[in-house]
Amino acid sequence: MSLDHHLDDATLLQYACGNLDEAFTVVVATHVAMCDTCRHAVRQAEELGGGVLEDAGTAELEVGSFEHLMLRIDDQPADTAPAACVAQVSGDVPAPLVRHLGPDLGAVRWRSIAPGVRKHVIKQNSASKSSLYMLHIAPGMAVPEHGHGGSELTLILSGSYTDVFGTFRRGDIADLDEHVEHQPIVDGDLPCICLVATEAPTRFKGFFSRLLQPLTGI
Amino acid sequence: MQAAWRVDEIEDNSVPETDAHVLLMSDIAGNQDREAFKALFLHFGPRIKSLMMKSGARPEQAEDIVQIVMMTVWRKVHLYAPDRGSVSAWIFTIARNARIDRLRRGSSQAYTDIDDLEIVSDEPDGEDRMFASQRTQKIAKALSELPEDQRQIIQLAFMEDISQSEIAAKLALPLGTVKSRMRLAYAKLKNKLEDLK
Repeated sequence: MSLDHHLDDATLLQYACGNLDEAFTVVVATHVAMCDTCRHAVRQAEELGGGVLEDAGTAELEVGSFEHLMLRIDDQPADTAPAACVAQVSGDVPAPLVRHLGPDLGAVRWRSIAPGVRKHVIKQNSASKSSLYMLHIAPGMAVPEHGHGGSELTLILSGSYTDVFGTFRRGDIADLDEHVEHQPIVDGDLPCICLVATEAPTRFKGFFSRLLQPLTGI
Repeated sequence: MQAAWRVDEIEDNSVPETDAHVLLMSDIAGNQDREAFKALFLHFGPRIKSLMMKSGARPEQAEDIVQIVMMTVWRKVHLYAPDRGSVSAWIFTIARNARIDRLRRGSSQAYTDIDDLEIVSDEPDGEDRMFASQRTQKIAKALSELPEDQRQIIQLAFMEDISQSEIAAKLALPLGTVKSRMRLAYAKLKNKLEDLK
């Protein structure tokens, strides 16, 4: 898929390092699953990880470490069945989200939180300070110009919105930090469905928290 | 921080060594060759243990993660493709995922979901076709040539389980500076990798 809006290189590196929390990792992975350019870029960043590993120094292993490993390997049943391959599902939900949502966006259970705005919170496996959720925003919805309380990643899964950075369509990601101010408006006749990770707000509420008090019309 | 990635070392040792790693992988995949696996273990085991201890693991935890990572290497060796990346990068990703699952008690599932995807689509998608050993050599050189301030941030980011704001706090730098140094370092690395095309 050819996309217009990609990850910030710094975010991409932190993802390759494994340093993002679960909410941000899921959003990045979902974008990467939809974006050939970023998939390639992640692989290059992982080469850096290989370089750092080569140069990480060595720590002496316990005596008999290899023999112990081979005993554990021999104890394991042969690994014949390939891992369940979530990528083969036919729905419109990208692979890393399927285990959270199922294969079809149409089957997501929304909760109305304001006129024109519906939300679905995604349960995380680990205790995380960031939140991970989906929003379903009606066409024509606009939000006041605003800044961010922390980092926020927004991935478009369906429909589109436009702000000062351009138009964001399926697969595009908005990788914004707390200094950014923008005013997104949902385009066209279709609702915009996005996947959002937000850091716990520190000073102000994040963009999509502001959506909870939406202005209708443009 | 100690001086790392010295160019003389790289030119003397790592090129034949990384070629050897690809050959070892193919012997393990093709013949379940235990001697080849032992050679790979003796190279990567102590490095994974060191990386994990730098991430905050106790020695016995780090030892256990080495076992888990190398068991995964044995089980998934047939999935390694030399034209997609170096052996050390592949093993790094397995170690990273084990660190997320074991040390952080998080979930690396999102990463493995994408691995599955790549197997299914298995298309070059504009990939620069480069041998694994060339990649390793280029990366080592790119790392050795980074300015100290950028190298320090890359090492911290890859070795420690640390967010950008934590890196900023640790080095007493503004978050924006940390991000721009990461971007600069990454851009240089990309240039080095593209050189070979």
